[in-house]
Amino acid sequence: MDKNFLVDSKALPFCKGCTHTSVAQSTERALQKLGYDPLDVIFVTDIGCHGIIDKSLKSHTVHGLHGRSVALASGIAAGLAKDSGKKVIVFIGDGGATIGMQHLLVAAHHNFPMTVVVHNNMLYGMTGGQPSEFTPEGFNTPTSPNRSAMGAIDMVRLMEGVGAAYVSRISGIGDLSNELADAFAQPGFSLIEVMEICTSYGVKSNPGMKLRQVIESSGLQLSKHTNDRAEAPHQNFESFSSSLITEKLIITKEFEPIKKGTVRILLSGSAGEGIQSAAEFLAKTAMLSGLYATKKGHYPVTVGVGFSAAEVIISDEPIFYTGSTKPDFMVITSQDGLDYAMPRIKKSDRSTIILDQSLTLPETKSVIKLTDLRAKTGSRNAAMLSVFHLVRKFGILSEASLLTAYSRNKLSAKVPIETFLE
Amino acid sequence: MTTITNNKIAFIDGSRLITEACVQAGAEVFVGYPITPANLLYSYSNQRFPVMMAAPDEITTLQWMTGYSALGKLPVTATAFPGYALMIESINMAMMMELPMVIILVQRLGPATGTATSGAQGDINGVNGTISGGFKIPTFCISNLQDCWELTAKAVEAAVRLRTPVVLLSSKEMVMTQMSFDLSGLSNIEKVAWKMHEDTQEYKTYATDEQLIPAFLPVTQNKHQVRFTASTHDQSGILQNTSPEALNNSTRLKTKLDLHINAYLFYSYDAEKGAETIVFSFDITAQASREAVLLLRQEGHKVSLLIAKTLFPIPEIYPQILSNYKKIVVAEENLDGQYKHLLFGSHPGSHIKSVNAFGRMIQPEEIMEEVKNNG
Ligand code: SF4
Repeated sequence: MDKNFLVDSKALPFCKGCTHTSVAQSTERALQKLGYDPLDVIFVTDIGCHGIIDKSLKSHTVHGLHGRSVALASGIAAGLAKDSGKKVIVFIGDGGATIGMQHLLVAAHHNFPMTVVVHNNMLYGMTGGQPSEFTPEGFNTPTSPNRSAMGAIDMVRLMEGVGAAYVSRISGIGDLSNELADAFAQPGFSLIEVMEICTSYGVKSNPGMKLRQVIESSGLQLSKHTNDRAEAPHQNFESFSSSLITEKLIITKEFEPIKKGTVRILLSGSAGEGIQSAAEFLAKTAMLSGLYATKKGHYPVTVGVGFSAAEVIISDEPIFYTGSTKPDFMVITSQDGLDYAMPRIKKSDRSTIILDQSLTLPETKSVIKLTDLRAKTGSRNAAMLSVFHLVRKFGILSEASLLTAYSRNKLSAKVPIETFLE
Repeated sequence: MTTITNNKIAFIDGSRLITEACVQAGAEVFVGYPITPANLLYSYSNQRFPVMMAAPDEITTLQWMTGYSALGKLPVTATAFPGYALMIESINMAMMMELPMVIILVQRLGPATGTATSGAQGDINGVNGTISGGFKIPTFCISNLQDCWELTAKAVEAAVRLRTPVVLLSSKEMVMTQMSFDLSGLSNIEKVAWKMHEDTQEYKTYATDEQLIPAFLPVTQNKHQVRFTASTHDQSGILQNTSPEALNNSTRLKTKLDLHINAYLFYSYDAEKGAETIVFSFDITAQASREAVLLLRQEGHKVSLLIAKTLFPIPEIYPQILSNYKKIVVAEENLDGQYKHLLFGSHPGSHIKSVNAFGRMIQPEEIMEEVKNNG
């Protein structure tokens, strides 16, 4: 098999003297040393001069968005089969690494099996030489000619911080194949930052400055750090899980309905007091009588505080619209619930409002029934008590269906049914 | 009294049906990140998908998905507009690379973070404008629990067969409200197969026959070089400036859809003989529309109903059907009718009536009133 990774290693598409050329040539040699075939390797590149290498490569190439190549490659690397024999390599610039810095940190953090080669020439080359977060102090670019006063982000230290299995920084002068091969040979995540110089913009903006000088004065160390980490677990696309649609979900008719037509109910109380599960219980109880039922929840984004409300519709006809702006019953178990339901209470004229006795009577044309929904059974059971109260007092469903439904409800293991029957 | 006698009735939400339908249709990996009101889809997927990935953010989500798709593993995610907005550049990338995926967009009230726990149908323009250059992302919109099953399977199929990202559009109440639902009506879902390149001779990632859909090869095989490219590219996937071959390849993304979208044309048209008025709706408001039309007919009104399920590219059949009516009532839960404007322009004729709501569901009574209104 043809072991050349580059179509023509002498004809690469970069400016004369650009370090990207030696990175590409050294990559080919490194992969040859490691015994890879061209189609064993998946190169993921993005925007920037380094990314135009694609057409010169004989391997698979994936060319994505500026700064996102590491995330794109992560998806590929994460899904590789165990012992796939494949090598995922990302070519990214310091500009791309600036844009997508989080992707680099996350990929290292997950230890996805891939190597990221950061072509760090300390500026955005393709777009005219703008500074990146990797532009070191004292380094000029065409758009920042007065020497950057801010130090460069030290990618090696950042990588160490997230526990990268392998990270190194090398100078792009000379043959880089040994260092690259060392990074490519890692089983998990590795990142190698190659310090480069852009002959078109870096050299012009910093006349006479040598790459070695820039590295020295930047304070960035040429070093290598490893972290003995477990490989990211291989993903099993054959793993079995049972269907979400099971016989267990089926509710069979066991009782006769005792009321005709449609009943719309609003249960309104406080978060954490079981409103949603009580509403679900009510709907399921209705289904035991062969009725159609729906339950729609309302709550703020906070789960443990504020109101929690649910609209339940029970009907002997199919239900399409699941809202109930004018419920037949509004059961209010707490002040939060009262506040939430207030606009509807004010507008209503034909509802029955069942209100916990501790609450202040709201102004309304509807009928209000005060009852104890909290004091005796405690706030945690207020919602369930209100459902029992509603069903039994107003004859919405048969008592037998209620008792059967409760015996199948999780709560029955903790709270004896007598609590709700007094 | 028509109580249900069939014994396969479950109390179920749309998220459960959507997740199961995705997996049965062949989706293999769910890449998710937390966002309300799509969290139920996240948790069901965590339980059900062969592979589940918790991504750190929206852009990563789409990038990881594209990576999986390059392996031939169909990825799914679920989001709401704040996430979708951040995904857009990456969705463009996946479309350009012709890597299939399904993005479930659960609409909630905007703008911006708006109200995360309140439903809406406000992302129609956003989805319509997802792809730069006038291309459309195939978009299917769920109108009831049955659609959560059937339309989801079709969305997966369309993604794989047409080699494209697909949006499955929905909204908070559509995926979260629990309803009694007859499971015996669920059809069998077949796993969708990817059309693979079989020829041993030559392979160009984006070469196609007259069907305009390239055959797939994953980046994990050793027979042919594969190149997936987001930039304008030729048939080999090599980045090009604006060469005729590359531009043809880009415009093929539209003609490919034009050629095949009729196989994915879904709507329900309930025509009433002699009706001069039609109610047109989709998503959660389709349910209010169904109820409104039922009640109107009980009151003796003649009225037809058209529920759109394929939203984009906009099917020709919608204006064709609607043009048969003297009065068209479009009901959608946003400020002033986004889909209506897409269908009828910025200043629709006076026979086009709008029923809209912001921050709450549209009620059947509002639709009925507009139908009965003589103005
Ligand atoms: S502009 Fe700079 S980075 Fe780009 S190819 Fe030329 S020298 Fe290299």
